[in-house]
Amino acid sequence: MPSTASEFLLRRREVVGKLLHDRGDRLVIGGLGSTAWDITAAGDHDLSFPLWGAMGGTVAIGIGLATAQPDRRVLVVTGDGDMLMGMGSLATAARQNLKNLTVCVFDNEHYGETGMQTTHTASGTNLAAIAAGCGFANSRQVETEDQLTEALPLLRDGPGLQFVCIKVRAEKLAFVLPPKDGVFLKTRFRRALLGADVV
Amino acid sequence: MTFNISERIVDDMVAAGINFVTTVPCKQLAGVIDLVEKNDQIRHVPSNKEDEGMGLCAGSYMGGGKPCIIMQNTAIGVTVNTLSALIQFYQFPLPMLISYRGEVGEPVACQVEMALHTKPILQQMNIPTFHFHKKSDVEELPAILAYTQMCKKPTAILTDASFWRAA
Repeated sequence: MPSTASEFLLRRREVVGKLLHDRGDRLVIGGLGSTAWDITAAGDHDLSFPLWGAMGGTVAIGIGLATAQPDRRVLVVTGDGDMLMGMGSLATAARQNLKNLTVCVFDNEHYGETGMQTTHTASGTNLAAIAAGCGFANSRQVETEDQLTEALPLLRDGPGLQFVCIKVRAEKLAFVLPPKDGVFLKTRFRRALLGADVV
Repeated sequence: MTFNISERIVDDMVAAGINFVTTVPCKQLAGVIDLVEKNDQIRHVPSNKEDEGMGLCAGSYMGGGKPCIIMQNTAIGVTVNTLSALIQFYQFPLPMLISYRGEVGEPVACQVEMALHTKPILQQMNIPTFHFHKKSDVEELPAILAYTQMCKKPTAILTDASFWRAA
């Protein structure tokens, strides 16, 4: 089944820009590839942790962070390819009864960094339904500006555990790369969060 | 030596400040996992697969936690990319308490195959590796946990059937 994602209404960079606008003290984990470029395009930030590898692990990192920082909202921003690879983490998150984690999947139905091959969401896999089945009480799919406007406050602030699959146009955008030094990315995040004496 | 090995291991973890543990079960580790679950100083997050568990540990550390992963040596086959692209690339300290299946005393032939690959893979990846064979080997654990934090590397603690038989 060919994907119709090139005609989807929502544009990923605009949506990420709205999600991270005036982001306050929210903690952001970005999945490797397009979503890491997206969060960087919205403004590189000490409390952003973009991944350069470890595909499939983005939600898991968000869960670990949310357990360590229960009073801060953790936003996981990732793509459909990464989410399909790490789907078990949706069950893990739901079983932990987390109050402060939002999982945002930017679903363009393609592997954007490897030649735009279609993913399983192009042929019907419904990530929001999977999240609901794993136990996310708040799970939705967003396809229009109106739906996005309604969802944004929940994604940014909760309550509780939130999942959203945002259907975004399949498009090739300019790279906006975060720093490439992993130790720098880790340390700047920890210092911004935990204090300047953290090494 | 009359001490209980599982209790000793969990006590040493708590004393080292470990406050986040993820587990993928193994029969040999069942006693440790049970104690981790019951310990109110440790957040226990069971994971579906060991690469997921390493992501959980990385996230915990990012938030100020001190994590540990408990798993079987089959996981070394599962996690090579996560070890290199996440744990080693970003330099996360990660003690890995590993049941070393497939050694002498192993009843399941299939386990032997991965046992043969376990140490070569760890060596190839420059992962500091410690092999607990006798009950008294557990006395090294506090120093290994401190070493792991000092060097910010994954470390492998292989615990074989002889070690657990003595427990």
